[in-house]
Amino acid sequence: MMTEQTQLSRADNEPATSGTSVPTSASRKPSSAHSAAGANAVERPIERAVEPAVEIFEDAGGITVLADMPGVPREGLNVQLDGDTLVIEGEAAVLAPEGMRGLWAEINVPRYRRAFTLGRELDVARIEAGVKDGVLTLRIPKQAHAQPRRIAVSTT
Amino acid sequence: MFATVFHRPQPLLDQLAQLQQALSRPRASDATADGIRAALAGSFPPVNVGRTERSIEVYAFAPGLDAQAIDVTVERGVLRISGERRSGSKGAADGVQIYAAERWHGRFSRAVTLPEEADTGRVEAHYRDGVLRVSVGLREQARPQRVNVQ
Repeated sequence: MMTEQTQLSRADNEPATSGTSVPTSASRKPSSAHSAAGANAVERPIERAVEPAVEIFEDAGGITVLADMPGVPREGLNVQLDGDTLVIEGEAAVLAPEGMRGLWAEINVPRYRRAFTLGRELDVARIEAGVKDGVLTLRIPKQAHAQPRRIAVSTT
Repeated sequence: MFATVFHRPQPLLDQLAQLQQALSRPRASDATADGIRAALAGSFPPVNVGRTERSIEVYAFAPGLDAQAIDVTVERGVLRISGERRSGSKGAADGVQIYAAERWHGRFSRAVTLPEEADTGRVEAHYRDGVLRVSVGLREQARPQRVNVQ
């Protein structure tokens, strides 16, 4: 389903305990590569962003998050983990022909941002992210140790 | 230098006036909202429309579709975009718990009335990164012409 994989960047300095799908490389800056889309944003002190509509569901193996981010290419996507907060950001880059006048606009903000708090039972080191046709797909697997365990009772 | 489809320079007071309008009626607050096909705000997919000297550009923000399954038709001066979007969790196995289902799904259809000077023989549609762009050419005589002063 995920045809294009994108990188995840970690904001914390904890070493990844298992898996290698989350590289510890520095986070990408989403706006620099899209000067056309970001040209207006440069002048704004606060970058406006809309919350993307999401679909979140859980199965035995983990949690899947789908987020609608139309117009966001793979390079415009930024998924970042800060402690137990997962932030998804996307910068839309839909180019218009030169000299186009807007007649009607239902989408006015070319940026999406949303944050989620993750539970401890989730394995943040193995999060996978992909984007296809403007839909971001996140797969957050559960920790392997989240299994029932018998506690021995001792007598004194 | 290209512009983007998102930017519409608006003075602050205009924005406040628009906001007031938007609050006072449940319709899209825009100059063309009085069109008979103007839809309720929140329709899927959201649409932006722009115009250049040579074409009308319609952008439909419809992520997660199969490009082959999008219907784009032009009939009697009305551009219609329709199709179906499926839920991401639908058909998943039992035991799947859904926490959020904000993404719109189902059949959709949106219409945009084209101006008279639109050349419905020259329509192009491209789907990229979840945005459908339909470009409708304008007839020659509709374009700005320079008149030489004798």
